[in-house]
Amino acid sequence: MKQFQYTKATSPQGVLEAISKPGTKIIAGGTNLVDHMKHGLIAPDKLVDINHLPLKGITPTKSGLHIGTLALNSVVSENALVLQKQPLLSMALKAGASPQLRNMATVGGNIMQRTRCTYFYDTIMPCNKREPGTGCGAMEGYNRMHAIFGASGQCIAVHPSDMCVALAALDAQVIITGKKGEKRMPFTDFHRLPDDHPELDNHLAKDEMILGVEIPDNNFAKNSYYLKVRDRQSYAFALVSVAVGLDLSGGTIRSARLAMGGVAHKPWRLFEAEKFLAGKTATEDNFKQAAQLAMQGAKAYEYNAFKLKLAPAAITEALKHASGIV
Amino acid sequence: MENIKKRKASATEGLDRVDGRLKVTGKAKYSAEYNTKGLVYGVLAGSTITSGTIKTIDAKAAENAPGVLAVYTYLNSPKIPGYQDPPTQPKGPFRIFDDNKIYFNGQPVALVVADTFERAQYAATLIKVAYDKASFQTDLKSNISAGVSPRNGKDYVKGQEDAYKTAPVKIEQEYILPTDVHNPMELHTIIANWDGDDKLTVWDKTQGVLGTQRSIAQAFKLDPKNVHVISPFVGGAFGAALRTWQHEIAAVMAAKALKKPVKLVLSRAEMFTAVGYRPYTWQKMGLGATPDGKLVGITHEASGQTSMYEDFTEGTVNISQLMYACPNVNTRYRLVSLNVNTPTPMRGPGEATGAIALECGMDELAYALNMDPIDLRVVNHADTDPQTGKPYSSKFLKDAYQLGADAIGWKNRNRKPASVTENGWLVGYGMGTGMFGAYRGAATVLARLLADGTLDLETAVTDIGPGTGTAMTNIASEVMGVAADKISVKIGDSALPPSPTQGGSSVTSTVGSAVNDACVQLKEKLKELSGTAEGGNLSYAQILQAHNLPQLEVTVTSKSSPEAAKYAMYSWSVHFMKVLVHPTTGVVKVDKAVSVADCGTIVSPKTARSQIIGGTIMGTGMGLMEEAVIDHRYGRLVNNDFANYHVPIQADIPQLEALFVNKPDPYINPMGAKGMGEIATIGVAAALANAVFNATGKRVRDLPITPDKLI
Repeated sequence: MKQFQYTKATSPQGVLEAISKPGTKIIAGGTNLVDHMKHGLIAPDKLVDINHLPLKGITPTKSGLHIGTLALNSVVSENALVLQKQPLLSMALKAGASPQLRNMATVGGNIMQRTRCTYFYDTIMPCNKREPGTGCGAMEGYNRMHAIFGASGQCIAVHPSDMCVALAALDAQVIITGKKGEKRMPFTDFHRLPDDHPELDNHLAKDEMILGVEIPDNNFAKNSYYLKVRDRQSYAFALVSVAVGLDLSGGTIRSARLAMGGVAHKPWRLFEAEKFLAGKTATEDNFKQAAQLAMQGAKAYEYNAFKLKLAPAAITEALKHASGIV
Repeated sequence: MENIKKRKASATEGLDRVDGRLKVTGKAKYSAEYNTKGLVYGVLAGSTITSGTIKTIDAKAAENAPGVLAVYTYLNSPKIPGYQDPPTQPKGPFRIFDDNKIYFNGQPVALVVADTFERAQYAATLIKVAYDKASFQTDLKSNISAGVSPRNGKDYVKGQEDAYKTAPVKIEQEYILPTDVHNPMELHTIIANWDGDDKLTVWDKTQGVLGTQRSIAQAFKLDPKNVHVISPFVGGAFGAALRTWQHEIAAVMAAKALKKPVKLVLSRAEMFTAVGYRPYTWQKMGLGATPDGKLVGITHEASGQTSMYEDFTEGTVNISQLMYACPNVNTRYRLVSLNVNTPTPMRGPGEATGAIALECGMDELAYALNMDPIDLRVVNHADTDPQTGKPYSSKFLKDAYQLGADAIGWKNRNRKPASVTENGWLVGYGMGTGMFGAYRGAATVLARLLADGTLDLETAVTDIGPGTGTAMTNIASEVMGVAADKISVKIGDSALPPSPTQGGSSVTSTVGSAVNDACVQLKEKLKELSGTAEGGNLSYAQILQAHNLPQLEVTVTSKSSPEAAKYAMYSWSVHFMKVLVHPTTGVVKVDKAVSVADCGTIVSPKTARSQIIGGTIMGTGMGLMEEAVIDHRYGRLVNNDFANYHVPIQADIPQLEALFVNKPDPYINPMGAKGMGEIATIGVAAALANAVFNATGKRVRDLPITPDKLI
């Protein structure tokens, strides 16, 4: 890879100053960024290491749980507060990557990770995300892992994260700092659909950084489930994954949260299915109906048509697990 | 079956791997770790097109990059002396930097050498190559009709051709196995260090130091004695290091031109295009039987892919000629030349692919007959070799079926597919048989007893992982009565007495025999010295001391006897799988696996068990997840890394049981031991596919069996 400069940041303010200059990238766990550099996808002039900043904390707030951007995926997944209040997040984290990667990867880095579309990774192949205007290699290529929701004529890549699917389902907020100060963004609004700008993964401006996420308290802890369907039992990206949080009272669903991974350019929240389930009894039949509602607008390509069957099956299965029917 | 002694290798039985501690503590030094003084680093740049010619190469930026010593391409590379002779065959091994032709995507077009690995790697990205593109084919499925009979290859016919079609009960099905890649953990590596113009040392990842010595000597027109090849530890190979590849030739060339030691380690992506793979293969199986299950005819067709420049053939269809007693057997084998690199043998070469068609076919036939799959196999058991009529040197396959059936709980199998569930998952049982020739070649071993009573064993063979050193120690300890911890083994060096390449499940048989014979001779010499038949009560050390000998040494060459040629010699395996399949998501989990090997005496129980387990895991990858995918629009691989090319990980593998019949083969060698490396994998994928059918009623004939194929 190209030679680059390396500096250690001493404050978020220092990071913001550093990234205001072009060619500068933030490095935290480096589990994705370093791959990009090795593959020649990016060649930054300078890396700002933020690992030393005090942004690792996992702390309760008045109405939720705050997780610092530098909290390690492995640490979050085993944290007592997370396990008690938001077990869905722990389940999703443990379904992701490998123990070695989770020991390095941070929450902020996980949110910022880019698609694993193989056309994006191979600089010889066309890819509008990597190099706008070159075309989409996957559209008529090997698109088994690709999107069935929200794709555009420019890009059919999917977001690879498991953690983000849980955070989307849990109504998390992303806490962002920039020159204009701190702001909050609903997690479901953070990532973008590809539209005409697949090179942009999310709405974080170039001169902003993530400080952490906050998950509002909820009643889903007892009835949460993360189902990941994949080609092997660990260290494989999702063919389809489903995050479910149910607020159950007796057999009745007071409210439901559902999101899918492996199906879109962003964690795919299933609002229609949630609406349908609210007030219904937890039965397999209702789950199947919710799953069908969730599939509206789905569109498949040559190699991923199986997802049209797999996704509703996975939604139903995840709901069964969450509600204790399985 | 009562009298079979069930011998289960447990963790407490037999010697620990003699180099196990070195390996797990990082003290075992692999080829890439010999950091010779003045070492420089080579990195290859690969073609980005799939077929055509190189128009221009602009290497200026790379040459001017920091630390770069040289950039070699076909334009400026010193000629490889051995390449200058006119070729004796129309096709042959790819010759690196020999001309401007591109045969496959990823073909090396340049070698950058720099003072650090990172600098070489960066400079390699700066090379600009312009090509004239030509049309290409990389898809076997759409080119099956272009298949040709390999050179000297005749279709095999015994009895009537296509006789299965006349049988009262028959099946006819097609099967696809995609390209599987060896992917050993250790990347292929060479360090080449010349001493003057006509002598060099190489530290190399190879399955045979003498094979590498020969290849390098030929390419550079050297006396083989002047090529010293060292490979004391090999981190897996599975066939990928059977031959000398072009990156090795390139490194030797660059080291000579630069007069510096050059290290070249392939990247994981290059492991997919530089060192062979199991070829994409289409197969068609026709099986016909009488209503009571007696086979009437077997017809097995296969088309495998090879490169444009070289024919690679393997015994894909041979297993159908050899496995069952059947009056009419015919096979057809075709090669399809594509714009890909040449395949190479991968564990159970040919047979592992062929067993998918034969053993899935037998399962399909058993269903057509409404018969138990084991009963069908027993009914068609071959009591003599179906090809030659020769008696077997030993065969206890029926015992193996019984051992495995008991261990997996075959009696719990419900013949009706998709009829059993456990906790919401469909349950299925399946089995598959494997076989592979049992060989014994020639090897020379030096055995040296020292005055302190310790024993040294030396021979050139490499250990690619099965535990060759451990097996040698076991054999010597047993023959000599010397404790294992008093025996040291030196292997993996071309300067040691000659022994063959590690491959074809033949090393324990071949080298083990030489160890045995050397130890027997040594013992005889000791008896002579002591003057009594049993050496009296003197220890070996005392005998040497009594004669004032610092050591006693024999070098013995051992090979197969003519007597052995009277017999057909094979090893057999039976693999049993219990799988769970999720009815709506299609996820397959291996719940239990039992592999039984009938491969003569087990000389090293612990490493034998490891070898069977490793082979079963490799077969599990073949059955459930491995597939190298090419985007045929570009002719380029799209999953050439460990994130996207899936091999089984711990979570995919349940407790595997490895069982051994453990009855000696009286003819093959003094130990009675036959090979087990290949049979560990052959038949596993079929057992999985058959178990998945039993679980779901879905017959997946194009491997791997991923969830999408079951929903």
